[in-house]
Amino acid sequence: MPESSAVSDKNTPIGIAVLPARLGRFVIDWISGVGRANVFLVMCLSRLFFMPFPFREFIKQINFVGVRTLLVLLIAGLFTGMVVALQFYDTLVRFGSVDLLGSAVALSLIRELGPVMAALMVIARVGSATCAEIGIMRNEQQFDALECMAIDVYRYLMLPRLLAAIIALPMLTALFDLVGIGGGYVVGVLIHGESAGAYVNGLIDTVTLNDVMMGVIKSLVFGVIIMWTALYKGFNVHLNQKLSGAEGVSHATTSAVVLSAIVMLSFDFIIGSLML
Amino acid sequence: MSTINKTDTPAKTVIETAGMDAHYGERQVLHDINLSVGEGEIMVIMGGSGSGKSTLLKHLLGLQRPSAGSIELLGQDICGLSRKQMLALRRNMGVAFQGGALLSSMTVGDNVKLPLRENTKLDENTISIMARLKLELMNLAGFEDLMPSELSGGMLKRAGLARAVIMDPKVLFFDEPSAGLDPVTSVELDELILQLRAALNMTMVIVTHELESAFKIADRITVLFDGKIAAIGTVEEIKQSSDERIQNLIKRKPRDKSVDADAYLQRLTAGGRK
Repeated sequence: MPESSAVSDKNTPIGIAVLPARLGRFVIDWISGVGRANVFLVMCLSRLFFMPFPFREFIKQINFVGVRTLLVLLIAGLFTGMVVALQFYDTLVRFGSVDLLGSAVALSLIRELGPVMAALMVIARVGSATCAEIGIMRNEQQFDALECMAIDVYRYLMLPRLLAAIIALPMLTALFDLVGIGGGYVVGVLIHGESAGAYVNGLIDTVTLNDVMMGVIKSLVFGVIIMWTALYKGFNVHLNQKLSGAEGVSHATTSAVVLSAIVMLSFDFIIGSLML
Repeated sequence: MSTINKTDTPAKTVIETAGMDAHYGERQVLHDINLSVGEGEIMVIMGGSGSGKSTLLKHLLGLQRPSAGSIELLGQDICGLSRKQMLALRRNMGVAFQGGALLSSMTVGDNVKLPLRENTKLDENTISIMARLKLELMNLAGFEDLMPSELSGGMLKRAGLARAVIMDPKVLFFDEPSAGLDPVTSVELDELILQLRAALNMTMVIVTHELESAFKIADRITVLFDGKIAAIGTVEEIKQSSDERIQNLIKRKPRDKSVDADAYLQRLTAGGRK
């Protein structure tokens, strides 16, 4: 059933009352949106305890989120590592501490750039595609059809996608870090001629388990945020009364990408400040 | 052809609604719907665009809740059922949607197998045979490995029907079987529906606005106008109805529109709806 608007047509405010009314409407819409999104997440996660687990769909999604993102992610990782090394080298040379290059590259990648860049790649490739797919499924009555076949949509479609993102993103992040550190090695050692021993030893000496944990926790949380936003926006595409059909799906996809990037970056800061 | 005496209401009711109302926001779209469909009966719901037939179907399927009244399906009041009970009830229902509503991410074969894979513990071999059997019935043998995007509109509908009947449901709901089909395919689909009923004694609720098809397949017809039931009766009763609106519908006569010249001019010049 369509959403009822906070302010009905009958008592549309006029004059100066328009602004507070709009603000009020915005806040009410925002709060109810957040509430609905949370209920949606709980519904998805509660299906962990429902049988049978849609294994086929889960494997398909792991392939989509993980394997098929791999190539573009590795290329991005390589260049990110190289550019970080380039910048750090230039800065460290001024202070005469080029020996720190290995640890600087590794720490910035493992703690910060790895999780964030991998998440951004997944948003661009997987978040957008998933939101559009789910939105089109909604428009084509495929959810109604699943419901009528006695198949729980949350268990069958949402849960495997969510789990795939939660599992694949930390792995993608780890690979991104690894390739990035390799890229740093190429720039520091092979191009600028720094000692290989200093690069590797600096890295091994400085990186602690806590740094790795920070990266892992971030990527786990980012995985949830990205898929949750994409699924929620796609699933509720029909609630948008102003836009429908292709335009509705395109709007939902754009807002899913923007929203998940912003929420992801704000959680990046929150987790960082809690763990440092 | 039919096993049912068309003038009597069959002994066992499969679907029954009593005093059902439905709203979209503040707008009431269905008014006091009282409907009963007997076992093995083909009930066609007819009406023009916006008459509320799709909304009625959504309510009968339990996809939307009525704002008043009750809906009983196979003896259970669907408004009072928990989600789990509803899922259990749905294993006895088949639904063929207008555009087929096949999942676009899997092949036609996988789509047809889906209800069996999810709702039964049958082994893959049996599932394959059952799926092929139903596809064969729908003249879709050999199309299992194609994706839904590779099928035509009529084939999508038939594949949707194959998926709807794969669990041998007691009740089959069919949304607009002939919409968007060429006349020959449409007639074939009507034949298929009659064959299905003859073979499996399925109760069917079919929503359509195609008169020819409705008259051919229906045991009884329900005509909706503006969200209200205008008439329920056998094909003959509907054809001989004295209700002017029904006669207009049958004769495809456009509705009378009394033109208020002033209001018309005002609408044109103001550029908005009144």
